[in-house]
Amino acid sequence: MSEKKTEKSKYMVEVSNLSKRFKKFIAVDEINFKIKAGEVFAFLGPNGAGKSTTIKMLTTLLKPDKGEIFLNGFSVLKNKSEVRKSFGIVFQDPSLDSELSAYENMYFHAVLYKIPKKERQLKIKNLLEMVDLWDKKEQIVKKFSGGMKRRLEIARGLLHRPKILFLDEPTLGLDPQTRQHIWQYIMNLNKSEGLTIFFSTHYLDEVEKIANTVAIIDKGKIIEQGSVEEIKTRQASQSLEEAFIKLTGNNLRNNEKAETFSRFRQTLRKS
Amino acid sequence: MFNTIYILWLRQIKRYWRSKSRIIGSLGQPVLFLVALGFGFAPMYEASGQGNFIQFLAPGIIAMSIIFTAMFSGMEVLWDKQFGFLKETLVAPVSRFNIMLGRTLGGASVAIFQGLLVLFISSFFGFSLPTLSGFFLALAFMFLIALFFTTLGTIIASLLEDMQGFQLIMSFLVMPIFFLSGALFPLEGINSTLYSFIKINPLTYGVDGLRLGLTSQASFSLGLDLLVLIVLTLVSLVAGAKIFSKIKT
Repeated sequence: MSEKKTEKSKYMVEVSNLSKRFKKFIAVDEINFKIKAGEVFAFLGPNGAGKSTTIKMLTTLLKPDKGEIFLNGFSVLKNKSEVRKSFGIVFQDPSLDSELSAYENMYFHAVLYKIPKKERQLKIKNLLEMVDLWDKKEQIVKKFSGGMKRRLEIARGLLHRPKILFLDEPTLGLDPQTRQHIWQYIMNLNKSEGLTIFFSTHYLDEVEKIANTVAIIDKGKIIEQGSVEEIKTRQASQSLEEAFIKLTGNNLRNNEKAETFSRFRQTLRKS
Repeated sequence: MFNTIYILWLRQIKRYWRSKSRIIGSLGQPVLFLVALGFGFAPMYEASGQGNFIQFLAPGIIAMSIIFTAMFSGMEVLWDKQFGFLKETLVAPVSRFNIMLGRTLGGASVAIFQGLLVLFISSFFGFSLPTLSGFFLALAFMFLIALFFTTLGTIIASLLEDMQGFQLIMSFLVMPIFFLSGALFPLEGINSTLYSFIKINPLTYGVDGLRLGLTSQASFSLGLDLLVLIVLTLVSLVAGAKIFSKIKT
């Protein structure tokens, strides 16, 4: 029995009173936000602010201590399977099998998401063509550059036609050309199919260009929400970056775990 | 459901088959054991009137290559954790049990294949190959050993944070399991303290069953060997499913 909410909600994501703590450390503290279907939503915050923890809870990887999440109308706590079918995700760290070819990675995903056998090949072809990797489909992923891996992950995340795509720092460490291409694919899908986009990034110029709504999280709490213009007006700032610094302060963040983790991640990326 | 299990099985097979250096590398140790121990201890063993030492040793070496490969395959979960691929499977709309079962069966198949390779190689060292029915009995034991130890590897990897504990597991779990299993020496007349360790070691019964199939010699009954391994394999699969479903990325 699917427990779809009765009133067809116009919201793709509804988060209420969501909290998560790790021992004494409160990672996410009673946050609330809603994302309309078809919206491009940017989730911002300094390192260690609670972004990744929130994304993990939204995508069924981590159980919240408190609060509720509805995604595409399904409860993330009670109806995991429907929720999982509803979203695609590009993780912050690479999540491909580097010993398999691009095509095999896509095929693996198609089987896990129960795409009918007859449709698999065509769907994979369409998406690999979209990210300009069809001619590289037989290549083992190990030999791909960082940008190619990222494009492949985006294609893979879209294979089962999700209603919402999560992108956790999708353009980190990529050259400007690749960044531009990646946003182009994604914005095209947002326009043509009404795909809802949830992304996090530290490149605030990207946010100004493409996001409809922005939420800024710091120390586990959402401290500002609204359109880019609204936030700039409220913070009396010329740019989103200026507003961001005003809100979150000038100090460097020394959340040890997040810091070492991101350094480790960088090393992995480079190798 | 079967599709999920199949694709995860296939992934393990492909990864194994593509790393030729791993296949060849993991044959080095069994060959060395067959040469050094096989030829080294043969005169002593045969002088004591117990028959051909290679006939005794080869099933033990086959078991060794199976448990090493199986534990390693199970612990590949750690690699997937570290390199992110695990998350891709954990956000998919499939049951965690099927994910675990698929990859465990894949790892076990790889381990059985490795065992068969060593069986084939040991024939060059003078091991006389078994009858057909003996071979199938041995194959059944290879399957049980492989499945149990791949599951054990998966369980351990699900509990560990990163690869740092790997060496610890190899030194304090896998090596003792191998050395105290009757793989290398006969159990008759052995020190009684040591014997009590050997008796609670699952691999002891695996080696015994394997030896029964391949050479018709055994210390325990076929029924006991089968019972111990089947019960342990089932218990480990149930425990593995529970533990794997709680895995954190």
